[in-house]
Amino acid sequence: MSEGSSRNQSLMISVIAIGFVFAIRLFYLQVIDTSYVDFANANSKKILTIHPNRGLVYDRNNKLIAFNDNFYDLMISYPFALKNFDTIGFCEILEITKTDFIKRLKKADKTVYKGSAVFYKNLEQYKYAALQERIYDFERFYIDIKTDRKYKTNAGAHVLGYIGEISKKQLEAQDEENYYSKADFVGLTGIEKYYEKELRGVKGEEVILVDSRGRQQGNYSKGKYDKQPIAGLKVSTTLDLTLQEYAEKLMQNKMGSVVAIEPSTGEILTLVSSPGYNPDDLSIRNKRKNYGKLLTDPTKPLFNRAVTAAYPPGSVFKLLNGLIGLQEGVIYPETSFPCYRGFSIGHLHVACHPHPPNLDLRGAVANSCNAYFCNDFREILENPKYKSTREAYINWKDYMLQFGLAGKLGSDINFESKGNIPSPEFYDKMHNGKWGFSRLISLSIGQGEILITPLQMANVISTIANRGYYYTPHCIRRVDDKPAIPKKFKEKHRIKIDRQHFETIVEGMAGTLLNGTATGVRIDGIEICGKTGTVQNPHGKNHAVFMCFAPKDNPKIAIACIVENAGFGGTWAAPVATLMIERYLKKVDTTSRPDLEKRLLNAYFLSKLKPSDTLRIKFIKDSTRKAKNDSTERKRKNNNNKAENLPLNRDLVLNKDEREENN
Amino acid sequence: MREKKIIDTNTFDWPIILIYTVMVLFGWFNIYSASWNESTGSIFDLTKNYGKQFLFICISAFIAIFWLFLDHKIFNLFSYGVYGILVALVISVFVLGKEVAGNKNWIPIGSFNLQPAEFAKYGVSLALAKFLGTPDARLKDKNTLRMALAIFLIPMALILIQKDTGSALVFLSFSLVLYREGLSGIWFIMALCAIIIFILTLYFGSIWVSGIFAAIALLFYIFSSRRKYLTWPVLLVTIAVIGFSSSINLIMDNVLKDHQKKRILVTFGLLEDLKKEGYNVHQSKIAIGSGGIIGKGYLQGTQTKLRYVPEQHTDFIFCTIGEEWGWIGTMILLILFVTLIARVYYLAERQKNRYNRIYANCVGSILLFHFTINIGMTIGLVPVIGIPLPFFSYGGSSLIGFTVLLFTLIRLDATRSTEMSTLKDMY
Repeated sequence: MSEGSSRNQSLMISVIAIGFVFAIRLFYLQVIDTSYVDFANANSKKILTIHPNRGLVYDRNNKLIAFNDNFYDLMISYPFALKNFDTIGFCEILEITKTDFIKRLKKADKTVYKGSAVFYKNLEQYKYAALQERIYDFERFYIDIKTDRKYKTNAGAHVLGYIGEISKKQLEAQDEENYYSKADFVGLTGIEKYYEKELRGVKGEEVILVDSRGRQQGNYSKGKYDKQPIAGLKVSTTLDLTLQEYAEKLMQNKMGSVVAIEPSTGEILTLVSSPGYNPDDLSIRNKRKNYGKLLTDPTKPLFNRAVTAAYPPGSVFKLLNGLIGLQEGVIYPETSFPCYRGFSIGHLHVACHPHPPNLDLRGAVANSCNAYFCNDFREILENPKYKSTREAYINWKDYMLQFGLAGKLGSDINFESKGNIPSPEFYDKMHNGKWGFSRLISLSIGQGEILITPLQMANVISTIANRGYYYTPHCIRRVDDKPAIPKKFKEKHRIKIDRQHFETIVEGMAGTLLNGTATGVRIDGIEICGKTGTVQNPHGKNHAVFMCFAPKDNPKIAIACIVENAGFGGTWAAPVATLMIERYLKKVDTTSRPDLEKRLLNAYFLSKLKPSDTLRIKFIKDSTRKAKNDSTERKRKNNNNKAENLPLNRDLVLNKDEREENN
Repeated sequence: MREKKIIDTNTFDWPIILIYTVMVLFGWFNIYSASWNESTGSIFDLTKNYGKQFLFICISAFIAIFWLFLDHKIFNLFSYGVYGILVALVISVFVLGKEVAGNKNWIPIGSFNLQPAEFAKYGVSLALAKFLGTPDARLKDKNTLRMALAIFLIPMALILIQKDTGSALVFLSFSLVLYREGLSGIWFIMALCAIIIFILTLYFGSIWVSGIFAAIALLFYIFSSRRKYLTWPVLLVTIAVIGFSSSINLIMDNVLKDHQKKRILVTFGLLEDLKKEGYNVHQSKIAIGSGGIIGKGYLQGTQTKLRYVPEQHTDFIFCTIGEEWGWIGTMILLILFVTLIARVYYLAERQKNRYNRIYANCVGSILLFHFTINIGMTIGLVPVIGIPLPFFSYGGSSLIGFTVLLFTLIRLDATRSTEMSTLKDMY
C-alpha cells in the first residue's frame, strides 16, 4: 500500500470517527438526557387563562339586564424599542398621526404596569380586525381582550352593582380554591358581588406557544390540551325591569328612594336610590372616567339610599304603634281619643292638623291623627302590665325588632345599615336614668331617635300586607333557570301580633286613600292601602314618605317611598308609589293620571342642597365607602342633635304644609 | 475506434448525485419548516426564504446538468483563471461590499447577495489541483510547499480581513489535502498537541500545565538511557510548551475578540452565558435535545419555529432536523454526510491523474470541515463558528458554490471512466 492511500485511509477513518462521536453525542442529547424536553417546554409553552363569560343577569320576567361585551386594548410590553418599526403602517391602521403616536408612546412610558402599558384603549372593532392581522409585524405590541359588562337598561345600578379589578386584599383573602389571580375582574358591589360565585363561571386554559420574543404563536398541538372555559350561570333577579325603569324615571331630579317588594315572597321588585347613575357609567371601560365624578357629586349618586340611608320614619310609624297597642290590649279598634288640635302633656305640645273629630283607630290611621297615637303610645308605655315604663319600652322595642328594625335585614343588597331603635340604656344615659313617656313622646309619631332605612320600611309595609309575617327581602330569583333562593330568604319571620289587629290597621290604611290624607292618589279599580308620612327635617324642607300595598286582599306589591326635602308624603311620595302600583298591577304602559305623572316628572328637588354639603363632599376623596359612612354618620348625628334638642323644644309642631294637605 | 459519445450517463457517479439530491431536497423542506407557522403559504413563495431556496435549487440543478456536459479539459485549462477571478471577487468585496450585521462580506446583486467567500473555495481547489497536479510538483520542495500554502492562505487572509472568520477558517481544510499529498504528519500532531495544551491550560491554568509538563519532561530526561542526545530536544520542547501555555491568556485577551473568547469558554463549560454568547448553543441543544428519539414531527418543532434558535435556517438548520426528526433523523443525516465524504475520498483514490485526485481531496476536505464544525457547534462540541451545513443551510452562494464544487468532481470522475474505456478500446 502506497503512503498516499494509507493517508487517504486515515482521512476516511477520521470522517467515520467524527461521525461516530457526533452520533454518541446526539444519542446523549436526544435520548438519554431528557432535561432538554423540560427546557423546551419552559421555553415555549405558556398557559394562558381564558376568562369565561360572566353570567347574564335577567329580571323577573326574563328580560335581559346585563350582558358581556369584549373590548380590546392595544398594549405595549416593555422593554420597548422603536427599531425597525413600521410606524407609518401602524399609524395608518390606528388612524392616528405620527405626533399622536409619539404622544401615546410617551404616555405609555409613564404608565407602565407590570411590564406593559396601554397604548390605545378600547380599540374600535375594525381597527382591531386590521391590527390583528398584522400584529406579528409590530413587535412588542399585543392586544388584550377583556370582557366588560354592558346593560340593556340604564336603571337598577344600585342593585346590579359593578365589577372591577380584584384588589390585593381580596386576592390574599380568597379561599382555598384560589380562583382569582392578579388583574382578574370580580364583582365589587350589588348582585355582581353577592352572586359572584354563580356569575363568574369556570376559567379555561389555553396552552400556547410563545416565541423567543414573547409573542404568541398559536396553540400547542392544535389546542389538544386546551380547556374550554365554562360561562357563568344565568342569574335572574327579582327586579321588574319595567317597573324599575319607571320608578327611576319618576324619581328623576329628586333625592330619595323607592323600594317595592312582593309581600308573599319578599322579592324586591324595584329598588331605587335617587339620584342614581347609569350602570354603564361604572363598567370597566367607563369607570376611570366617571368614578371620581360620581364620588364627588354633591348629590352622592353612588350612595345607595334605599338600604344605607336611615330616616326617622314619620307618621308611617303610627301603624306599628297602632298594632302594638292592639296586641297589648291597651287600645281597641273602637277606642277613640280626643284631639284638641294636638296633644299636650305638661309643657309639651304635639300639634295636629284639622281632621274629623272623634276618630276611632281606623280613622286615626287614615287621618294620621297625632293626638291619637300620642295617647296610644302613652298607653303602651304606661301599661300597668309592666312594672315600669322602662320594661314596657323594652317590650315595645321587642316588637320593633320582630319587624326587622334596628338591625340589618340580611338581604342580598350590600351596604345595608341597621337603622336605629334606641335601647333603654340610651335613654338612661340621656336622661340620667329618669325618663317616662313624656321624654319619648316624639316616638309616637315616628320622630325622634328612631331611624329606619327605606328597605326596612318596605319590609314593614310588606309585613302588614301579609298580616303578620315577612320573608327577608332579596333580589335573587333563579340561578341557571332553576329556583335557587338561599335558605335564609325562604324563612318566614312571624310577628307576634294577631292577624285581626293587622286587619284593623289595614282597614285604616285603606281609609287613607278613601277619606284620609291621600285621597288624591286614589286609583279606580285598585284598592290601595297606604299611609302618608312627613318627616321633619331640621336642615330643610320635610321628607315626603309614603308606604302602601295593593290590592288590599292578597297583596301583590308593597312599596315604601321617600322623597327628600319634597314636602309632605301625600303630595310627593304617594303619587310615585301609586303610579307604580297602577303600572304593575294593570300591566299597562300608560297611566290613568297623566297630569299627576307629568307633575312628578317635572318636579325638581335637587337644588335644595346647601352649599355646605358641597364643600364637605370636596373632602371626600378616598372611596364611596367613606362617603357612605360619612353620610350615615351625619344623619345619625343630626338626629342625635335633634333628639338632644327635643325635650327643650317646646313646639314640636307639624309642618304647615301638612296642615294644608288635609284641608 | 468507436465513435466518441458526447456524454455517457453511466460514467457519472450516481451514488453521489443521489445523496446530493436527497440532501438538497431534505434541506429545502427543513428550511420551510424553520420558517413555518400557521399562516405560512406555499413552499414556492419567492418572497420567503424557502421560496428563494427553491429558486437556488433550480439554478443549482441547471448548473449541475450544464457542468456535466462541459468538456473536462476546461477545468484544468482554466484553473488559474477561475482562481484569479474568484480571488478578485473576494477583493472586490472591499469596494462593492454591503454591510450586513456589521460585517462586510456580501456583494449585492439585485435583490440577492453574493458571498464570494463561498466560491473562493472552488477557485482554490482548482488552482491547488493544477499546481500540485503537475508531475514534478513535490511538497518536500520548500518552494512548492510555500507556493501551495500561498494559494489558499492568500484568499484566507483576505476573508479574515473582511472579518468573516468562519469562512476563512474553512481554508484550513486544504492542509488535509497537503497531508494527503505528502506533507509531514508531524505538523498535524503538533497542532493536535497545541489544541490539547490549549484546552488543558483553559481548565487548569498555565502554571499547573507548565509545571506538570516540566516535571514529566525532567523525569523522562532523568530516566532516559540516551540522555545526552535528548538534552536539547527536551529542553526546547519544554520551553515551547511552557511558552505556548503561558501565552494563551495573552492570545485570548489580545488576539481573539471578546465574543470569540467567550464562545470558546462556553464550549468548554468554563463560562455560563446563556443570555448572549452561550445563548445560541444552549437553545440549539434544547431544540435538538427536545426532539427525543423520533422527533416532534415535520412542522411540529416548537423551539426552532418560535425563533428560540437564531440563524435556524442557515447555520443552525441542524436544530430543525434534530427537533423535528429526532435521533433517527440526525442519524440519517450523519450517515448521509459520512457516506458522501467517504465516497468523495474514495473517488479521489480511484483517479488516475493527480489533478483529479487532488481536486477530489479538496472537495472531501472542505465538506469534512464544514460538517465537523457546523454540527459540532450545534451540539456544543465546537465553539460557534458561523459556517453553513453544505446542501442544507439556506443560502444561494453556499448551495451553488457546493454544487459547482461537487459536480466538477463528478464530471472529472466521469473522465476517468472514459479514459479507461478509451484505453480498453485501444488495446
